[in-house]
Amino acid sequence: MELGRALALAKKDWKRIFREPAFLFMIVLFPVMLTVAFGTSFGAVGGSQPTSFTLGMVALGGNSTSSTQFYHDLQATGVLKITGYSDNATAQSALSQGKLQAVVLLPASFDETVQSFRTYPTEPSAWTNSTLSIYLDRGSALTAQVIPTMVSQVLDQKVLRVKPTVQALPIFVSSPYQVAAKESTVFQSFAPGLFAFASIYMIMVVAQSFTGDRENGLLRRILVTPTTSTDIVMGSVISYLVVGLFQALLVFSCVYALGYVPVGGASALLVGFLIITVFALCNIGFGLITAAIAKSAGAATGISFVFLMPQLFLGTFVGTALSSTAQAAGRFLPAYYVTDALTSLWTRGAAVTSTAVLTDLAAVSISSVVILLAGVLVFKWFGKS
Amino acid sequence: MQRGVSQAATAIAIQGLTKDYGDIRAVDNLTLSISEAEVFGLLGPNGSGKTTTINCITGILKPSSGSIRVGGFDVRIQGREARQIMGVSPQETAVYQYLTGKENVELFGRLYSVSKGALGPRVDYVLEKVGLLEESGRRVGKYSGGMKRRVSIAMALVTDPKIVLLDEPTVGMDPQARRSVWDFILELRDKGKTIVLTTHYMEEADELCDEVGIIDHGRLIALGSPTDLKEKYHARDLEDVFIQLTGRRIREGA
Repeated sequence: MELGRALALAKKDWKRIFREPAFLFMIVLFPVMLTVAFGTSFGAVGGSQPTSFTLGMVALGGNSTSSTQFYHDLQATGVLKITGYSDNATAQSALSQGKLQAVVLLPASFDETVQSFRTYPTEPSAWTNSTLSIYLDRGSALTAQVIPTMVSQVLDQKVLRVKPTVQALPIFVSSPYQVAAKESTVFQSFAPGLFAFASIYMIMVVAQSFTGDRENGLLRRILVTPTTSTDIVMGSVISYLVVGLFQALLVFSCVYALGYVPVGGASALLVGFLIITVFALCNIGFGLITAAIAKSAGAATGISFVFLMPQLFLGTFVGTALSSTAQAAGRFLPAYYVTDALTSLWTRGAAVTSTAVLTDLAAVSISSVVILLAGVLVFKWFGKS
Repeated sequence: MQRGVSQAATAIAIQGLTKDYGDIRAVDNLTLSISEAEVFGLLGPNGSGKTTTINCITGILKPSSGSIRVGGFDVRIQGREARQIMGVSPQETAVYQYLTGKENVELFGRLYSVSKGALGPRVDYVLEKVGLLEESGRRVGKYSGGMKRRVSIAMALVTDPKIVLLDEPTVGMDPQARRSVWDFILELRDKGKTIVLTTHYMEEADELCDEVGIIDHGRLIALGSPTDLKEKYHARDLEDVFIQLTGRRIREGA
């Protein structure tokens, strides 16, 4: 095997993916569309988060003119559904249960602070300073972006009636506290399964690529150069491992923007991406088997569904809605272990060294390598001509 | 024709080549010796066994019996060494549609392990020789059939191979492009390269070939220089030679 040849072939594959619309769709656009569709349908955007935020408000000093005005001004923005709470503990409980996306805690001196500012707007020494606290559901990136900004703007422009950022103010809005909600949205439970869901379509892309090259005489042409079958397979492995990682980053960006924030640190992220990337080997293997069976690129599209559909239904988020028997059947498929590993790492916060994660990693790695080798052998025997 | 290099050494030696597809014998006991630094033409109608012979020489098809040596290497045993000194332009226009002309040629240079430093100038050189340098930045999918054929030839020649196999190299080309490809082939021959080509165009064989082998039903029925064959059969051209040998025109099929 010569690395230079394999890299040249991998580079050629990357160009195909970004230049041929069908490949670009399957590898890049489809995962984005899929994630956005599920995100808007089952979770973050359009669901419980972005276009209407649920906010709890606690006035520690009791209801006052200023706090009531602030409540109504926030309500008037049209994007906040505000519920008043008499004490912080109750509001925090609602936040941690996922009933709220944020809690705003007005200090006991809130009314006094507002009045002092209005009376002596240019004399900071006469102000009664106070701090307004915000608690956010850390599972929603969008909430973290929107609510602190909105609270500050309403406070400045409506309650204190100043232009934004033109002068010092008596109320300091603290950095928001992030709270993990105990109840997650449907999207949060779906999100780990989206990675395998998007990746398995690589089977179709690999199969079409090989059958297309075979139909056009390109495979035969390459084989009359010093290039070996190993070079060709290694070229595909390099190419689609990179594509798998790229696709995983793409899906991750989408789910993150839609409110799915993985728990766990950098190591959990790294191991998660490693598992998704290794899973690409399995897709190459199934793609090669498909290409060996299919007589044309068109037939490859249909045949690829034989390998694609079971993984799609039993190995991704779809499986969670199926019967226990179907879920048990999913354990025979590599995609199941990808989804399970990502759920353990990124949703449940399992340690990378936990038995569950290591088992999943081993299952994905071993099955992917075995399927890849099987694909190489089947294609070598039946697929080259 | 002027010859720059001695023809003494053998570039390709085919001994008793037979290739069967089930009950059909595509090539029947073909024995042939092609000298270095010559243009050798394999002539014959469709289905006569020309492409099968080329595919056996490249090693892509395994002969049913017989042996082939390319540059002294046994194709069956030393296939990799043989392929390293060959450049092949197949009958089908096998080019990557989504790559540019230049990228196609560069890719094949990389597959032959041409060093990066040498590759750039060599790619430009062959593209210029086939008249595609200016168009080489466009994707091949937008090329005409003749242009794709010229890219295919450039891909075969990017490594400056000792032995070049061109299967119907000028099909679909306009007269000007065909002439520039002919000139390039003759230039290669004068530089000591061995060129084996198959063609339907008798004037192409007359113009380019130092020696031709006429194949019919997988059998070699005539071998010699175009001039010798025409003299021997008192023929105006190679088409007449074929008619006298087989009783039919070359384009009527096998």
